[in-house]
Amino acid sequence: MEQRRKERIDRGVKVRSDSIYALMSWRELSYLTVPRLLLIIGMLILPLVVTSMYWQRVISIVCIYALLALSFDFLAHYTGLVSLGGAFFIGVGGYLTAIFNTTFGLPPLVSIPLATVFGAIICTVLLLPCLPLRGVYFAIVTLMYPLVFARIIEAMDILGGTDGIMGIDSFSNRWIEQYLVIIVVLLLLFGLRRLVNLDLGLIFRAVKDNDQAVRASGMSITNYKALAVLIASGMGCLGGACIVHIYMWTGLSLFALDFSILPIAATVIGGAGTLVGPVLGCLILVPISELLREFGTLRIVFYSIILVGFIVFRSEGIMVYGQRKYHQFERWIKV
Amino acid sequence: MNKEPILQVRDVTKAFGGILALNRVSFDLYEGDILGIIGPNGSGKTTLVNSITGFIKLTSGKVMFRGKDITGRPAHKIADMGITRTFQIMRPYYSMLAYKNLVIPLFSPRAKRTGGWRGGGKLGDRDTVSIDILEEIGFERDSYVPYKLASTLPTGYLKRLELARCLALKPEMILCDEVFSGLSMSEIASMIPLIERLQMSGITLIMIEHRLRELFKVANRVMVLNFGEKLIEGLPEEVIADARVKEAYFGSEEAKEVMDHA
Repeated sequence: MEQRRKERIDRGVKVRSDSIYALMSWRELSYLTVPRLLLIIGMLILPLVVTSMYWQRVISIVCIYALLALSFDFLAHYTGLVSLGGAFFIGVGGYLTAIFNTTFGLPPLVSIPLATVFGAIICTVLLLPCLPLRGVYFAIVTLMYPLVFARIIEAMDILGGTDGIMGIDSFSNRWIEQYLVIIVVLLLLFGLRRLVNLDLGLIFRAVKDNDQAVRASGMSITNYKALAVLIASGMGCLGGACIVHIYMWTGLSLFALDFSILPIAATVIGGAGTLVGPVLGCLILVPISELLREFGTLRIVFYSIILVGFIVFRSEGIMVYGQRKYHQFERWIKV
Repeated sequence: MNKEPILQVRDVTKAFGGILALNRVSFDLYEGDILGIIGPNGSGKTTLVNSITGFIKLTSGKVMFRGKDITGRPAHKIADMGITRTFQIMRPYYSMLAYKNLVIPLFSPRAKRTGGWRGGGKLGDRDTVSIDILEEIGFERDSYVPYKLASTLPTGYLKRLELARCLALKPEMILCDEVFSGLSMSEIASMIPLIERLQMSGITLIMIEHRLRELFKVANRVMVLNFGEKLIEGLPEEVIADARVKEAYFGSEEAKEVMDHA
């Protein structure tokens, strides 16, 4: 009986464009740059194409979620810390920028960076005791943080209590509002991709792979885990600070579990460990979730069906699948 | 010998619940020596390595390195002082290429200070240095082996990779936890010159082994552990001749055979 087997081979152009030789011809150059440019230009023209106020707002929300998904992917797949604390980062960043803006009267373009830096430090310090935990235990503890903070604010009636803080400045015009988050997402996306390929990024991966060997190499794993959490929580706080200035309001809903769960779903759909994947996942999931609003409570059902479909049929994620198709061709050969 | 020992272990005791894994073990180790530690399974050899290198906290006792008390210091601080170890169950970074495995120890503060293996205080490009170390340890530089994923390497290379990780830190001491186990005779034969070369370059070694014939060839001194207690320490010939060792470790019939070969 004749047997056939599927064979995957790297495209020649991929092999040729792996190193400096990629600069030798337009074909090889474009093989590398076109997918990247497609994403960058696509993101940049989105605010120009979309005219309705409602969908412009959705684009900003997509970017906020993309920041969270990036930080989740970085922590989970490059440092080995599965964090469900997205809502915690958003909340800390949001409340900090609200305080900076209303109490000290700083303009948004000053209070957002300040909230990012101080928020990252606060989150990292608070998460320090949990760093020795691994896997699902770290996930459970980080899930607890946003819940605890929401209850504390509610019970002690501080920071506006259940009403939240109102009267926060918005951005001076909608172009700044839109392009700030988009550019931040793109910068952090390509920055992180660069970082994980540096020697420092290698250390993060080593901590995930084998923390005992890192200790035996004379490096403190706690320091590097803390550094990774600092980077990731900074990204989350930045997102939180932006969302507060977009909505001109901060409240307990910043600690909502959506911010912890949706980035994970986006990472699953987009492709874990690719960094681009989670951003794409948010670009798909968030608008879908908005479209499904018409179905009312049935929304969650459709949403779940889409998620389950992805997990069953494309569990590797869009980006991993896409990269494979882009870099390799398949053919059937006789065995 | 009137010089100061490089490592002094005093009354080291480790209890796991009610079980004494180590019971008042003491020994001295002089610079440039190779100390072999043998003992039946569960006699506390790996626990001893773990406690010297700070991977577990001692119940009582003291470990001194160059006259400095290092008891209870965290593992990465001890490695930073130059006491490195290999793991019995190899711990490479499986998702990385073989040479990238060495970039990680080369990133450590100690490697930056010392310049890595053979370095004169200045660390060059980490990728280049790690290929140099791998060549030194027996990876063929021009072959594809250093560029393969660590998860695809055979045991022999992984054992060497463990040693290479220690070398990248420019160590003063290496504690080898069964580097010969799981290797073929020819692989061991090629490892022995490597161990001797390490000793000649001034590195002090502690070797835990079950391969007695090979161990007795390279070791200057041998210590026998049994049920967490030190049975005897001395020159290899003395240890072989000791009746208690034969009884505790070798068993009666097999022992004669091993002895005859050794």
